Amino acid sequence: MKELKIFGIVAIFTLVLYWGVEPFAHSQMHKHVEGHGLVYDGTADIKETVKSKKAMKKAFWADVKKIASLKGNVKAGEATFAICAGCHMKGAVNMGGVTPPSLEHAGALYDKNFLIALIKDPAIGTNVDHKYPNGTMAHPMGSITTMVNKPQDIANVVAYLKAKKAGEVTPKEAFTEACGRCHANRYGHLTQLGDIPKTKSNIKTGQDIDALKYKQKVATEQAALANYLGKLPPDLSIIIRARSEHYLHTFIENPQSTLPGTAMPRTGLDKEGMEKVFAYLEKTGDPSKPLREETGPKVLLFFLIFTALAFLWKKSMWKGHH
Amino acid sequence: MANNTKGRRDFMGMALGGFTALGGIGALYAMKRTWDPLPSVKAAGFTTIDLKDVQDNVLVTEKWRGKPIFVLKQSKEMVAKAQNEIGKNGKKSINRLIKIGDNYYMVAVGLCTHLGCIPGYNPEKEDFLCACHGGMYDATANVTKAPPPRGLDIPPFKIDGTKLVLGEAGPEYKKMLADGTTLAV
Amino acid sequence: MAHFEKANSIGEWLDQRLAVETLKRVLQTEYWIPKNINFLWAMGMVLAATFGILLISGIFLLMYYQPNVNLAFDSVNYTIMSQVGYGWLWRHVHGVGASVVFLIIYIHMFTGIYYGSYKKGRELIWLSGMLLFVLFSAEAFSGYMLPWGQMSYWAGMVITNLFSGGSLHANGLVEWIRGDYVPGQAFLNRFFMLHVLLVPLAIIGVIVLHFGTLRIPHVNNQDGEEFDFAEAAELYKAGNVKESKVIPFSPVFLSKDVLVMGVYFLFFFYLVFYHFEFAMDPVNFDPANGLKTPTHIYPEWYFLWSYEVLRPFSTNIGLIAFATAQVIFFMLPFLDRSPNVAPASRRGAFQIWFWLMLLDILVLTFMGKLPPQGIWSTVGLVAALTFFALWIALPIITKFEKKL
Repeated sequence: MKELKIFGIVAIFTLVLYWGVEPFAHSQMHKHVEGHGLVYDGTADIKETVKSKKAMKKAFWADVKKIASLKGNVKAGEATFAICAGCHMKGAVNMGGVTPPSLEHAGALYDKNFLIALIKDPAIGTNVDHKYPNGTMAHPMGSITTMVNKPQDIANVVAYLKAKKAGEVTPKEAFTEACGRCHANRYGHLTQLGDIPKTKSNIKTGQDIDALKYKQKVATEQAALANYLGKLPPDLSIIIRARSEHYLHTFIENPQSTLPGTAMPRTGLDKEGMEKVFAYLEKTGDPSKPLREETGPKVLLFFLIFTALAFLWKKSMWKGHH
Repeated sequence: MANNTKGRRDFMGMALGGFTALGGIGALYAMKRTWDPLPSVKAAGFTTIDLKDVQDNVLVTEKWRGKPIFVLKQSKEMVAKAQNEIGKNGKKSINRLIKIGDNYYMVAVGLCTHLGCIPGYNPEKEDFLCACHGGMYDATANVTKAPPPRGLDIPPFKIDGTKLVLGEAGPEYKKMLADGTTLAV
Repeated sequence: MAHFEKANSIGEWLDQRLAVETLKRVLQTEYWIPKNINFLWAMGMVLAATFGILLISGIFLLMYYQPNVNLAFDSVNYTIMSQVGYGWLWRHVHGVGASVVFLIIYIHMFTGIYYGSYKKGRELIWLSGMLLFVLFSAEAFSGYMLPWGQMSYWAGMVITNLFSGGSLHANGLVEWIRGDYVPGQAFLNRFFMLHVLLVPLAIIGVIVLHFGTLRIPHVNNQDGEEFDFAEAAELYKAGNVKESKVIPFSPVFLSKDVLVMGVYFLFFFYLVFYHFEFAMDPVNFDPANGLKTPTHIYPEWYFLWSYEVLRPFSTNIGLIAFATAQVIFFMLPFLDRSPNVAPASRRGAFQIWFWLMLLDILVLTFMGKLPPQGIWSTVGLVAALTFFALWIALPIITKFEKKL
């Protein structure tokens, strides 16, 4: 009994110690940001923006809501999409700091409201308008506001994207399309330019000229990105272990809420898109998880039996000692 | 300690010891796996060589799994010579050549089968000499002088047009393995 | 040369040459431990086992770790964590082990303080134990550098800067320790050497010394009772195991040790598989960047109390306070003026001192991790001052302690 009491005291001190240095300390260190369940209706944008922009953003998101209620025509949307395809195409090159993303799976990855807001005004839609004090036209995609600006046209294009560009998307594709133009993932062998090509070094010199050329291309792309965004966006190989899941979720949903002033745009991922991106981040950042979860119970079971046997041994050894 | 407890004690002690040893085996398995070559090392086991531009009787060295690979395109005379040649180990030299289209190629791991030195090729004499212990091979890399026990090993290959994929076993390679022309690497 | 008879068994052959029978008797079957003990007496063996686990997991980590500023981070987080078979297991075991070993060290230390196991005759046990604490601290710190993440780099920066001695501006010394102006390649390489060779060697040596210091004064017991071990041993050997106050180390005491170890390993491996984040700081999964300090920088939990002793004061006083806190526990056997060897519960004022000290260290630990702002700074300052007040009070209250 006395031993149990001593054990209780040790256990309580240990638990209090743990509580103090982990949950409590972290609750004091990090500001808690509430998620919005991947609903993109501008609530946080309006709340967090500067006073002078509040009315404008309110009106903007009200318009988005109106457009969302229009019935889009897929066929007409396809015709209008030709304007988008001028930049969003295979082999697109860096334009104004960033390479236009592939829209191959845009319908599956991005939220409808977000897509409407994005086409209506890329800077406000992605919540990075603070970077363009002279207006949206300075945004790399800014010219879209002069090309596709009728509410019905926007509704049509979004309807087309949702109908024709949905399809099955792999976690890797989700990452490449939604994150990969700015963020590398070296553990997934991805740079901002996509998969790292297989090259061969010269047998006589030991140098791999193709690899060096590719490195230069990546470096150029990264320099353009860093120039445009103020810094090079971090490699996301093990971001899943460097940040909590809640942090990543809320940050991706609306970067400004967590890091006011950040250059990272909102990506507008919907539920499926977010899941796919996380699946990829987990694959590169915590690949041992499946084996860990498989091995854990076995090891614990081993020590449970070990402890039971040790208890019996101790009992037999101490017999007659008290 | 009291003697009457001795039997039971020994039994429990041994049960615990045995069970602990079981756990030790589990840990040893994990340790063994840690010593295994990495997946990236195993993945690097595939190399493609294009044989299109190889010249007659000019030795080309490539690399596969970090080992030197000899590629020697045989001239008409060399093929004719190989038809009749039989190595120190009784193997026919001609069987060692890989036929792609009308051309014959010698492709082999460039490490002496004696102790792993790299033999040098003499294009005039059309033979290989290993400087370490004096082993010799003909132009098909079949052994002609001891101490090497056999001709240079042929890496697993698959013919893909004019290309050779090393690391993958195609039907031609499997046949060589089956008739004992080469050993599995 | 000695004369050797023909041996009839391997055991006998070995005994003739190595005196294994004598060794077994001296180290195990006739190494007497008091019977009146509780599970806290098993912490020594638990520590030895944890050290063994750290050693084994460390050996396997060493097989793929690269002590190079460009490669270290990825060799740990990519190669070891995702490529090497069971590499992740070694890393988790090593990371969790490094943290848990300090929990056990602290339990072991406070057990010693509570039961007065550092008193006259047992000073060397305490001193060698404290030396082990310092060595383990050095081992933990040097190991923390190796993954070369953001916390590694900035902990390296901050801790080595302590050696500038405040107003002394001994920047030359700091650069000498680093081998560079900032923590760089030379720094990583020398801390790698310290972590895998010099410090572990010293630890192994001092562990042997620590065991040796136990031999003559014997292990203390729950009541601090002094008795004749030789007499008790004779009683035990005569078969009066119930009446005897001692038990042999092996197998009787060992069986209890192993039971405690079993429970401990359950806890340990639960942490390894399901709750490892506390021991592997997320910030250290960002690669080292000499141009960006993390928002919050704090040491691992086991250094927090001494870090907090440093933090609330101005540079010079802080450094003196920090340096004092590092060595003050060494002085315990000499600052405790009471001759009583008894659990704190029977020692009047010392009992209050013990619990206050424990609580104060807990408060210091909490404050050490919190951002030094507002109320937390004040609490931290009060706790740091209390820490020194307690040490000043110790000789006084123990001087007036009643003889038991």
